Formats: sequence, C-alpha cells, structure tokens
Amino acid sequence: MTAFLTRTRGRKRLHWTDWMAYAYLTLGVLLMFGPVLWLVLSSFKTERELQNYPPRLLPYVQKMETVPGYDKPLPIYKVTAGPLAGQEVAQIRRIGLISQVVKPSDPKTVLKVPFKDRKAVEHVALATSNYSKLFERFNFFRFFYNSTFITVMATLITLLVNSMAAFALSKYQFRGRGLVMALIIGTLMIPPTVVLVPLFLIVRDFGMIDSLWGVIIPGAATPTGVFLLRQYMLTIPDEILDAARMDKASEWKIYWRIILPLSAPAIAVLAILSIMWRWNDFLWPLIALQKQENFTLQLALNSFRGEFTTDWASLLAMTVLTLVPIVVVFAFLQKYIATGIASTGGK
Amino acid sequence: MSDLELRGVTKAYGNVEVIKGIDLKVEDGDFCVFVGPSGCGKSTLLRMISGLEPISGGDVCIGGDVVNDLGPADRGLAMVFQSYALYPHMTVRQNLSFGLENLRASKAEITERVTATAQMLQIEMLLDRRPKDLSGGQRQRVAIGRAVVREPQIFLFDEPLSNLDAELRVEMRGEISRLHRRLNNTMIYVTHDQVEAMTMADKIAVLRDGRLEQFGRPLDLYNTPDNIFVAGFIGSPKMNFFPGRVEAGGLRLETGTVVALPPGKFMLNEGEQVTLGIRPNGMQPAETGLPLTVSGVERLGGESYLYGTASDGTAVTVHCAGQTKIEPGTQIALTLETGEAHVFSTQSGQSLLRKGA
Repeated sequence: MTAFLTRTRGRKRLHWTDWMAYAYLTLGVLLMFGPVLWLVLSSFKTERELQNYPPRLLPYVQKMETVPGYDKPLPIYKVTAGPLAGQEVAQIRRIGLISQVVKPSDPKTVLKVPFKDRKAVEHVALATSNYSKLFERFNFFRFFYNSTFITVMATLITLLVNSMAAFALSKYQFRGRGLVMALIIGTLMIPPTVVLVPLFLIVRDFGMIDSLWGVIIPGAATPTGVFLLRQYMLTIPDEILDAARMDKASEWKIYWRIILPLSAPAIAVLAILSIMWRWNDFLWPLIALQKQENFTLQLALNSFRGEFTTDWASLLAMTVLTLVPIVVVFAFLQKYIATGIASTGGK
Repeated sequence: MSDLELRGVTKAYGNVEVIKGIDLKVEDGDFCVFVGPSGCGKSTLLRMISGLEPISGGDVCIGGDVVNDLGPADRGLAMVFQSYALYPHMTVRQNLSFGLENLRASKAEITERVTATAQMLQIEMLLDRRPKDLSGGQRQRVAIGRAVVREPQIFLFDEPLSNLDAELRVEMRGEISRLHRRLNNTMIYVTHDQVEAMTMADKIAVLRDGRLEQFGRPLDLYNTPDNIFVAGFIGSPKMNFFPGRVEAGGLRLETGTVVALPPGKFMLNEGEQVTLGIRPNGMQPAETGLPLTVSGVERLGGESYLYGTASDGTAVTVHCAGQTKIEPGTQIALTLETGEAHVFSTQSGQSLLRKGA
C-alpha cells in the first residue's frame, strides 16, 4: 500500500510529472476537504468568533476570569498603550469609546481605558457548548431518530420492491415487458417538482401527511434502482434459475435464495444510494412533515435559519452531526460501490 | 418404472415450429443419447421433457403417466446443465442439499445423502468450497452430484462435457457411463458429438430440424442408416457419397465408374438417380478402379487417411491401415468393397436397403 502510494515516475528524484501529479492531487484534496474542515472547525467556534471579521481558521475563545465582587466571569484584555500598558485587565462594561476595567488583583478600583488601546486575550479552545446545547435546548435525538427511521425503513422497502420489480423485468418473458421497462425509465424524465402537488394530494388522501410513513412510502420505488438491479440481474445466467426450478425451488425461493444473494453487489450500491438520498432528502419531508416532533435532521437544520437571525453555532454543530452517519456508511461500504459498479459493467 | 415416452410432441414459437412431432420410447434403464447438428432442437426437446419448456402439442409420459401439466420439480427428473449452473454463492455442500431442502427432507437424511453422493463422486474434500474455487472437472462432478443426490427417476444431461478439454472429456465420459451402470437409471443425454453418442449410448436418437431421423442402437445406426443424413452424421470420418444412376442392376457413378452391387440387397429401379454411400474404410487403393486425385495425407502412425477428389469433384476420404506411402498430388485408383456399400435415393434421401435382406 505504501509502495503503491509513494510510487513515482522518477527513479531517485521526482520527475516533473510527479510534481504535477502531487500538485493536482493536493489541489483536489484542498477543494474537497477544505470546506468540510472549515465546517468542522467553525462548529467549535463561539457565536462571537463566528461573527469575527476577518475570519480565522482555528476556534479561539477569550480568556474569562471570575473577579471578586462580580457575579459573572469577566473577559480579560491586555492593555497596549497608556499607563497600564502590558497589564491584563478584566472589562466590566464598555461605554462608547471607553472601557471600564479592573485589575483582577485589585477589583475595587475601576479604571478607564480607551477602547482602541486594549486587545482581547485569547487562546485556542473548542466551544463544545455548541454541541451540548443541541441536546439540551433542542430535541436532537428525536430528529436523529426520525431521520434514521425514515432512512432505514425506506431503504429496506426500496431494496425489496425494486429488486422484485427488477427480477420480474429481467427474468420473466411476458407481453409488454419492454413497455413496462420504458415507462419506468420514462419517469426519470419527469422532474420531481412537477409531481409535488398531485403527490401531496394523494398522500393526504391516504392520511399519511405529517407522519413518517408519508415520507417513506412515496419514494420507495425508484426507476434508477429498478434499472440498476435489472441490468445486473440480466447477467445472472438463466440456467441457474432452471437448475433451481429442477431442484423444486418456488419462484419466491428462487428470488430469495438465488437472485438476491447473487445481486448483492448491485444491491449494496443501491443501498448506499438510497441511504444518501433519504438522509439528505429535504424538499418532500418539508412538505409532508408539519409538527416539529416529526422533523428530520435536515428540517431541523432549516429551522435554525430564521428570517432575521440565524443560530450559526447550532446550525454548524448540527450539520457536522448530520454528516457523520453518511461518512460512516460511506467509509464502510465504499469498497462495495467500486466493486459493484465495476461488476455491473460486465462479468 | 421410469420409462419415457414422447407421443407426437411438438413445439412452436409463434409460427416457427422447432420440434415437428416426435414419437419416441426410452425403456427403463436405457442410456439414450439425442444427437444432431446444432439447431436441430435436441436441447429444446430435453427442456420439454424436463418441463422447463412448455410443449405445444402431444404428450410426454414418464412411467406411463402423462406429465404435460406437471412442473419441472414434480416430474422426478434431475438435469445436468451445459454450464453446470451451480449456485455460485453456495458451497458445494449447500449446492447438493438445496434440492433436498426444498423437498423437505430431514436434516439427518440430507447429511447422509450428501455424504454418500460426495463419496461416490469423490468430491468429499470439496464440500466446503465454492464453485469458483473448483476446476472444470470438479464443477462437472458437483453438477452431476447435485442431480444424483435427489435420486431422480430419469437423469437429463444437456451437453455436459462440451466445456471440458479433450482429455477430461474422455475421462468424464467413462465416469458417466460407470455412473449409469451403477445407478441403472434411465438417462437422456444431449450432445452434438457423435463420438460421445456412439461410445456411451444404449440407444441413439438422431435429430435434424426438429424431426427424429432415426432411433436405435449405435451399431444399428452405423450399419444400417435409414437415410443419407444419419449415414453422414454417424461415423467418423464421414461416409463418402457418390452420385450416380442405376444401370443394369449396378450403378454408373458420375465419374463414369460402374459399380456392381450384391444382387437383391437394394430396391433398385432402372435409371433412378441414387447416391452410393461408402465409409472411408470401405475403399482401398488398388491398381484399377475409381480414380482419385490425392490432395492431402494424414499419417497417424497406426493408420492413415487420404483426402482427395474424384473426377466429378466429389470429396473423398479413404482410411488405410498402417503408414501409407502415397504422397499428396498423386493419382490413385480405389476399389470399393460393395458389401459395405449403402445406396440412397437421391430424391428422398431414404435408404434403398431391402428390409430383411
């Protein structure tokens, strides 16, 4: 692995193409991981730090100190000019261009320092309160449960329904098979926004509006999934099915014991796609779910964005938590994506 | 009883008739081979017997019962496929026990039968492997094992040896024959290789274009073919055919040679267009006789084959014992052993042999 990663064209020194390759790859890493890194670092910043301009990469917090005689911890500043230059002081309040400060060693004497002659004392620290606040002030687990329930159930139903359709469309000869397939593929040409209103009316008439099933059911059968699985199943030889029929296997058993295990790579691909679709889905849940207790993570994220104010600290922290499951799924299943796509191409 | 009878069986895809009415009776315990050129319908016929392909007309009877409407599993058959069709995601053991599980056999019985079958086919050490880890010959054994383990009334083989190399094919041929002697079941075996047919079969059914051309014991087919097609198909190298016409009780070939035939053996009409069929070993190089321009010589050591053309352009193959000294490009003459000759009507292709002669 190391030998593979450090392989270069130049024998001893780096060939110029090696430099180009590394430059290109580094650029790619920066482009792809830069925003994610920025997001994660920002999620540990205080609201104040987030508003700071110009923005800084690392999360800083101001040093706070409890001074006798004051209830709350006071922010610490370093005076840069005047008689107190070089000393650390705690600010009590700021009035116009003047800060009222005290020395922590002498909390009784209130001093006045010009606003521009002081500098905040800061150190790098993680504002984990962004995260703990999610659990204290918001019902994060509720949203997480809703999202997980929808993703898991919808993916299971999608896999079941799509693989059965694909089995029928790939392994049975019947009149109109091509037409059915064309209709399924044809639905890909209809933008989802066009069917939003009729879909809403249907789901409402089934009484599924504002329930998680109202999100799960409408998207269970996907043309992409049927197509993907069908193309894969076409490569399974019919003789294996005939052999199973000679072995007295029912058609259901052929599907369950033969077709499904043999389609595992394609099913893994569809599972990953479905998990990502469902987890990141926003538009339809926004329409179908109304009560906050039914919200998915994506909807909860949206609710942090108000018309006048946006709770950036919570928003960023929650975004990170929302990303984690997808990253985990991807990390564990990414080898199936590669093998699945490679082996759907040809045997 | 596990005899098989086909009565006027037909198969049509739309307007295209691929099996055009076949009547056949395979006795209990027979090893019957369906042979024919590719596209003759032999595999289709096998699949119709198995029930995997519905029949368009006629009756399929197994053990005296019409099974037209029974599914493949309920006919008491087992099939070995050309591509083996092993379940790739199951181990050999699971491959063998899958059918028994579906028959709801008990766990103990499954284990017992799988072990017994594996021992018989010498695949015990492969039981926990998957098909992709097996060689071609081993896969073949597993495929046969999967059929044997279910103890069917009739075995069906669909060109099972065509994916093996020549050496292994000869070995497996012997093995299947031994299996047949041991189990004494009815077996139906499809192949396009007439050598397989000749060496393994109790009975051969020669098929062409969805019709049964001849059905009988291998040597009967070899010695008394019903028609030109069977004569040309059975036997290797192929029989030589010379066009000619009946003249004064004998034959005048297109080459001008006159051949005298054993009197009374054939039903001949004066002036009729006929085809003389004679096997490569029914001719010998001689001083005078049928002239032949030799174009190629194959010396196999113990025997030699001469390839050439007669004066009318007919391609001719001659078998010589030993190592011939004849060189390509020379002109030789051939004597025909008329006792070995076959005569066919050129128009109908049917043999003119007098029945009972």
